[in-house]
This record gives sequence, C-alpha cells and structure tokens, in this order.
Amino acid sequence: MASRVDEPHDDLIHVTPNPVIEPGHTAASVTDKISALVLKRKTPLAWYIGFFISFSLANVLMFTIAYLVTTGIGIWGNNWPVGWAFDIINFVWWIGIGHAGTLISAILLLLRQEWRTSINRFAEAMTLFAVACAGLFPLLHTGRPWLAYWMLPYPNTMNIYPQFRSPLMWDVFAVSTYASVSALFWYVGLIPDFATLRDRAKSGAFRVVYGMLALGWRGSARHWHRYETAYLLLAGLATPLVLSVHTIVSFDFAVSQLPGWHATIFPPYFVAGAIYAGFAMVLLLTIPLRKFYGLEDFITLRHMRNCAKIMLATGLIVGYGYMMEAFMAWYSASEYEGFMIKNRIWTGPYWWTYALLILTNILIPQVLWLRRARHNTVLLFIVALVISVGMWLERFVIIVTSLHRDFLPASWAMYRPTMFDWSMFVGTIGLFFTLLLLFIRFLPAISIFEMRTILPGAAPKEEG
Amino acid sequence: MKKPTRPAIYGVMAEFDNPTDVVAATRRAYEDGYRRMDAYSPYPIEALSEAVGPHKERLPLIVLIGGIIGLIGGYAMQYYVAVWNYPLNVGGKPLHSWPAFIPITFETTVLGAAMAAIFGMLALNGLPEPYHPVFNVPNFALASRDRFFLVIEARDPKFDREATTGFLRSLGAQEVADVEH
Repeated sequence: MASRVDEPHDDLIHVTPNPVIEPGHTAASVTDKISALVLKRKTPLAWYIGFFISFSLANVLMFTIAYLVTTGIGIWGNNWPVGWAFDIINFVWWIGIGHAGTLISAILLLLRQEWRTSINRFAEAMTLFAVACAGLFPLLHTGRPWLAYWMLPYPNTMNIYPQFRSPLMWDVFAVSTYASVSALFWYVGLIPDFATLRDRAKSGAFRVVYGMLALGWRGSARHWHRYETAYLLLAGLATPLVLSVHTIVSFDFAVSQLPGWHATIFPPYFVAGAIYAGFAMVLLLTIPLRKFYGLEDFITLRHMRNCAKIMLATGLIVGYGYMMEAFMAWYSASEYEGFMIKNRIWTGPYWWTYALLILTNILIPQVLWLRRARHNTVLLFIVALVISVGMWLERFVIIVTSLHRDFLPASWAMYRPTMFDWSMFVGTIGLFFTLLLLFIRFLPAISIFEMRTILPGAAPKEEG
Repeated sequence: MKKPTRPAIYGVMAEFDNPTDVVAATRRAYEDGYRRMDAYSPYPIEALSEAVGPHKERLPLIVLIGGIIGLIGGYAMQYYVAVWNYPLNVGGKPLHSWPAFIPITFETTVLGAAMAAIFGMLALNGLPEPYHPVFNVPNFALASRDRFFLVIEARDPKFDREATTGFLRSLGAQEVADVEH
C-alpha cells in the first residue's frame, strides 16, 4: 500500500488503541463474514434460548391484549386521579429507547463519526421495534383500538374533527411520522445489503426474497451518487425529527397545568433522557450480540467506550434536569410546585421511587468516569441495565407522583399497578426481543456496504 | 424514421480488483469519447460517479418540493379544520391559533421531504428494475463483494466490439467480457 492512501482511515485503524475494525479485514472478508451470519453460519444455541424466552413473553402480551380488548381498560390499575399510568410510562420509555437508533444513524452520520457504521443498522432496527412497542400503549389505552383511526383527520359522517391544538394530536403526527421515516430510512440502508445477500444466497427461496427486496440494485456509480445524496438528506431530516418527537412527547406533560409537569425544562431534558436510555439499550443488545456472534472485530471496545461516554454526558444533562425541577419549584415560589417537589422527594408515599431513581440514574452511572469501567463489558452491561430501570423510574416518578396529589386533597389517591399492567409491560419487552432476534437471523445486523467504505484502501488513490 | 437496429450485445464489461484502477479507467474512457457507460462498485465512490460523466443534480430540488408540499398541506389542513370546517370557540380565543399548528406542520414537512427523498431517489435510479443485462455476466455477482466493473454500452456511437474490448484490456482490467442482452 502506498503511504498517502486514506489517511483518515489509517488513523482510525492503526493509531487509536481500539480501532473501529480490527486490522486485517478486506471488503471480501467483511462481506463474507457479515453475510454468513444470515446465510451460512449455524444459528447459535443462545439465539434459540433467547427466542424461546422472548417469544413466550410475546405470547403473554397477546393474551393480555386479548383480555384487555374483550374486557376493557379497567383491568389496569389506572384510577382517578392517576388516569395516565403504565400506558404512558411505558410509551415514553419505549419511544425514548428508540431515539438512540436515530441519533446513531443520522446525527452521528452528519458529524462524521465513522465508528457508528458497525452499530447503526442494529440501532435503527432497535428504533423501529421500540416504536412499535411504544405505539401499542396509547393505542390500547383508547379502550377501543379498532376506532383508533378517529384520531386522524378525515371527513366523516359524524362531522367531527380532532383538536389540533392538543399535544396529544401533535403526538399522533410526531410518532406516526417518526415511525414511517425510521422504517424507510432503515429500508433504504438495507437495499445494497439485500443485493449482497441476493448475490451470495445459495438457496433459491432466499435468493428470490432478497432479490425482490434489493429492487434490482446493481451498484451503479450513478445510483450510488443519488443514493448517497438521498441518505444524507434523510439524515438531515431525521435529525430535527428525532429531537421534535421527544419534545412533543414532553409537551404532553409540559403544556398541561399540573405541578410536576408544567415545566419549560421538559423538552431538552426529555430528549437527553431518551438518548441516555437508548444508548443503554444499544449496549444491552450489542454486548451479547458481539459475544455470541463473534463480532468483536467489528463492534470493538471503541464502540463500547463511546457509548459509555455518551451515556455519561446525557446522564449528567438528565441530572441537571432533576436539579432544575427542584430549583424552579423553590424559585417560582408557587405553593403547589413546592408541595409537589417535597411530596415527590421525601414526604410522599412514593418517596422511595425517587430515591431509587437518583440511585440508578444518577449515582451508579458515575462509575463510567473510570476508564477501566468503560472497557469492562460485563460492568457496562450491568450499568446499562441499571440505567434502563432508572429511566423507567423517571417516567414513573414524573407521571404518578405528579398525578396522585393534585390541587384538591379530596381527589388524592394511590396508584398500584395490577398484574395486567405488568404482563403488558413485560409482554412488550418480549415482543421487542422477538422482533430483534428475527432481525438478527434474517437480515444483516451490520451494514455491509458501509463497513466496506471504512476499510483501509477503500478510497481510490489520486494520481499525481 | 427507421428504428435503429438493436446491437448484438448490450456492451462490454471490464473487471477491476481495486478502486484506483476503475476510477482511472473510467476517466480514460470518458476522455476517449465514450459516453454511454456506467461503473459499478460495492460501495459508493465519489470519484467514480464523477468519472462516468457530469449529471444533473435533481434530487435536492425534489426533496425541497416534497417538504414544501408537506408544509403547506399540513398547515392548510389544520387551518381548514380549525377555522372553516369545525370552528370551536374556546373562551373567545382566536380560531386561527397558529402557534399551536406549528408542531404538526413541522412533522408533515419532514414527512413530505423524507418521502420525496426516498421515492425520488428510487424513481431517478429507475428502481425497482427486475431485469438488467449486466447480471448476465457471472462474475458480476462480485460487484456486491469486492470487485469493480466498467461497462461500455453497445449503443455508444464510438462503440466497436473489437476496438472497445482492446481499449478496456489496455486499461489494466483483470478480465473483459461481453454482456448479453
């Protein structure tokens, strides 16, 4: 190799202690290794075990939904005044998890963070499945999900229309746009890889299916040029979109008058929390994936380290959000705000959820300041799990502690989730992992064509 | 006017094993006067798409138009419903409450632009395309692995089966093959 080929790549591969791809790989080896995951390699036993567990949980979801639809949402613990409980907690939690996928695929692309390449496909799949799980909750909370299309504005014989001034309507548009754009972005990214699988597949059925999905992609230079333009434009569009989605989700709360919800810090703090939870989920998924599928060459310690750093940074923003909530409660001198924060932190019946929240979301993740912790995958896995719990608790604290003590003491009440609240939540976790495991089995979990671009020698040498 | 007769083959395909050679060969072919040609690579190479010849950049305009349609459509929908079709008087507040219409307008703008980007890209690329002659060359399967190809079409006025094949060989191609229709 001549000396001045692709300096930036050489720098990535050889100078940094943990490269994005381990040295020695070529376009051929990358292609063969990743496509073999789908086409050749024997499915590891861990896949079957994981699929059995998650599919069982997905069935729990199915039975819960069947019972819910035939009986009514009274099987949940929702009451007055806690009319929004697990359904919105889990909705926000899942949507937030999805956001890291878009951040990795779009924002890090625009920022030219090449390390994102090996995890972006996977993270985008995570986004899609998380949004699917999220969507189930408001849909079923309507009570009559078969009439959910009433939320869409269409001329109808009832002569009524949705209220466009309501943040709940904004949510309908934000989440459906987000789901559509994420799905299309993901599919566009897959087209060249479908072509690779089509050309590699031995069995006729696989070749036909991948061939149809590849749309006849042949890698023409003119096509690549438009493809890259479209991909960059989509990244530019997805970036404000992802920020808007969680901003609008936070408006569901911030636009209301309820102490504990009515706060201007909500949009940025929700977005940071979403990225925080999402990166925790990325680590929860990639750590076992790279181990069981032997992908340590492609998903290296550098990825682990970078994800850990992003979690640390966004976690601190979330911590700032908590501080500002408490500060504004005092600084606003509003009696109701003051009561809310005192009730939330130490005098109320849910004080322990707040204590656990601070422990899991703020205190424990500080271990990521240590370099050794960022390089220890077992520890990272545990921290990511703790953060996932913490971010769920955050939504519980915001929603339940604000609602259960509102302005009128006469309407105060306690909220307790029922068995069906839990089975629905656990069931969506099952659905999420079922979809993800099917994705790993049948689609390339790492973007093959993008991996080729970051190899040494990928760029043509310029003569002269 | 007489319909031009269909050439006996689709074109001639040269295979290269590295990006530098295919870019150099494509530039040479363009300098030599060939126009109806295309290069194929397993990943996007900016220099290669420049080398096959200048092209109009139409996609950004399509995306802009898609975004504008989404913007106007989204806002007009809310205005029509809230002011004309279903006016609700809430405490005498204005019916045309534009700040509350911004979030949905933003979402429909992004949706319109994103749809335009994806479907515009596919349409300009002529995809889906179930059949293409280049797939008739067995080695072309490697275009999605680690090989690079340059195809000069028989429809090119300068095309001559013998001369073009010889020309491609002279550019350091690993292999040169005829592409059947």
